[in-house]
Amino acid sequence: MSVSTLSEPLASHAVPNKKRWVQKSVLPGFGLSLGFATLYASLLVFIPLAMLVIKSFELPLDQLWDVVTNRRALASYRLTFGTSLIAATINLFFGLIVAWVLVRYSFPGKRIVDAVVDLPFALPTAVAGIALTAIYAPNGWVGQWFALLDIKIAYTWIGVTIALTFIGLPFVVRTVQPVLADLETEVEEAAASLGANRWQTFSHIIFPALLPSLLTGFALSFARAIGEYGSVVFISGNMPYKTEITPLLIMTKLEQFDYAGAAALGTVMLLFSFILLLLINLLQHWSHKRTGG
Amino acid sequence: MAGIISNLHGSNAKRVQGATTEARWIRYSLIIIALIFLALFLIMPLVVVFVEAFSKGAGVYFAAITEPAAAHAIKLTLTAAAIAVPLNVIFGLAASWAIAKFQFRGKQLAITLIDLPFAVSPVIAGLIYMLLFGAQGLFGHWLMDHDVRIMFAVPGIVLATVFITFPFIARELIPLMQEQGKEQEEAAITLGASGWKMFFRVTLPSIKWGLLYGIILCNARAMGEFGAVSVVSGKIRGQTNTMPLHIEILYNEYQFAAAFAVASLLALLALVTLVLKSALEWQAARDHELAVRTAQAQ
Repeated sequence: MSVSTLSEPLASHAVPNKKRWVQKSVLPGFGLSLGFATLYASLLVFIPLAMLVIKSFELPLDQLWDVVTNRRALASYRLTFGTSLIAATINLFFGLIVAWVLVRYSFPGKRIVDAVVDLPFALPTAVAGIALTAIYAPNGWVGQWFALLDIKIAYTWIGVTIALTFIGLPFVVRTVQPVLADLETEVEEAAASLGANRWQTFSHIIFPALLPSLLTGFALSFARAIGEYGSVVFISGNMPYKTEITPLLIMTKLEQFDYAGAAALGTVMLLFSFILLLLINLLQHWSHKRTGG
Repeated sequence: MAGIISNLHGSNAKRVQGATTEARWIRYSLIIIALIFLALFLIMPLVVVFVEAFSKGAGVYFAAITEPAAAHAIKLTLTAAAIAVPLNVIFGLAASWAIAKFQFRGKQLAITLIDLPFAVSPVIAGLIYMLLFGAQGLFGHWLMDHDVRIMFAVPGIVLATVFITFPFIARELIPLMQEQGKEQEEAAITLGASGWKMFFRVTLPSIKWGLLYGIILCNARAMGEFGAVSVVSGKIRGQTNTMPLHIEILYNEYQFAAAFAVASLLALLALVTLVLKSALEWQAARDHELAVRTAQAQ
């Protein structure tokens, strides 16, 4: 009772005022917290990132264009984006199955399996890189069987794809899982009692409801794969034009003290990251609207 | 609702139940596909680390993790995480307080920008500090004149680690604080509590599990970061080598057993992280259930 009488004067304070930049509140610390957060973020993240763009324009425009579109750079984009796309697609497919199994079925050891899904978030990329190389090298646990068929996995684009699948694996599972768990089974019951078979219920009822979260997971996995460095350098073999990803090309330019060139390639990657981040935000917005959250 | 449905269908209830799940063979095949996929992509890499680490025997293993360069790398990794994680905790608390408890323009943009370091390649994270503080960088000359080393030294490693782990805490806390609303804090303030008292007595206890969760993930990433640190460290053995960089050097020198031995320590860290994370999720779920039940009882 006393709370409602207390909050009445507060409510009149909190009337939204269009001209104000921030709505009034009784809570303290807005200036301090936002000020500190902005300063910290600017000094450590935004100003350094802006430097990257500025530095790349130190090059004359024709040289800048050459750095970001020469054959070696184009080959690295093709490898980076191509393998990231394949890896994200693999994760989309298997991520849905893993999320489905974890939400809908029960089996022994389910909780452990659920926890293990996050391993790629917890395992350092360099460790993942050398472990995957050991498995898929021509004398490795899996690689030796493919070697018999004359198929090389490590030190080719296939190895790069496997590393990128590993690091992107949790994203689809973790974005689809909560949406699937919140799905009302009443709708499925209704569909079934109206005569739909299980496949029709899945493709017409469940899949459309999961679509935004599936796409968000796919985009997150793709974005992570594009920037990945640690797990890829060990398994890729790093051959220019063949198995050289763009982050590695940046690294090579840095080692040759070609800072402007490195910055130019970095700017191209930053641009893609920005676009993907915006896309992911739009997808999440759509997803929230769908689920009414 | 369930009662209505079973009444309507009577003897058909069992068939309706069957209609909302799959045939047994589909269920079993899906479970098997999922388990094989996870075993191949997740469990096998984890197992191979330990197998390779002990492939030359326990003697080589313990020599590899106790030699001076390895010991120094472990110390440096712990130091970098010990500085980077608390800094990002303070940022995360400040950012989530402002974003979750106040209404201001540009809030959505702020939330998006916090995620930016997740979308940026680790190599770029290293590169930007190189452009600022490297020998040819913006502040390079000034730093050299004043004999301050940031690149190829510990401060650079800390900076790169801070950048990479920047969003972890804030990301965990913003949705949590938004969900909790601000009534309790408002009540504390109106009842005369000071700002800090409100923070330590009301806000902090209610976000403690989320905060711990963020810290654990942030720490795992901080200790394991490779790409960004590899740009700024210069990889001077026994001086600026973190554990992941030490692993790379050993690996490139074909000292595979030693490389995997050091890697096994980081794999153990990953396992501890997963166990703690699951325990926290369990704890948070229990707290939530308890809160719901008390609310219902009232």
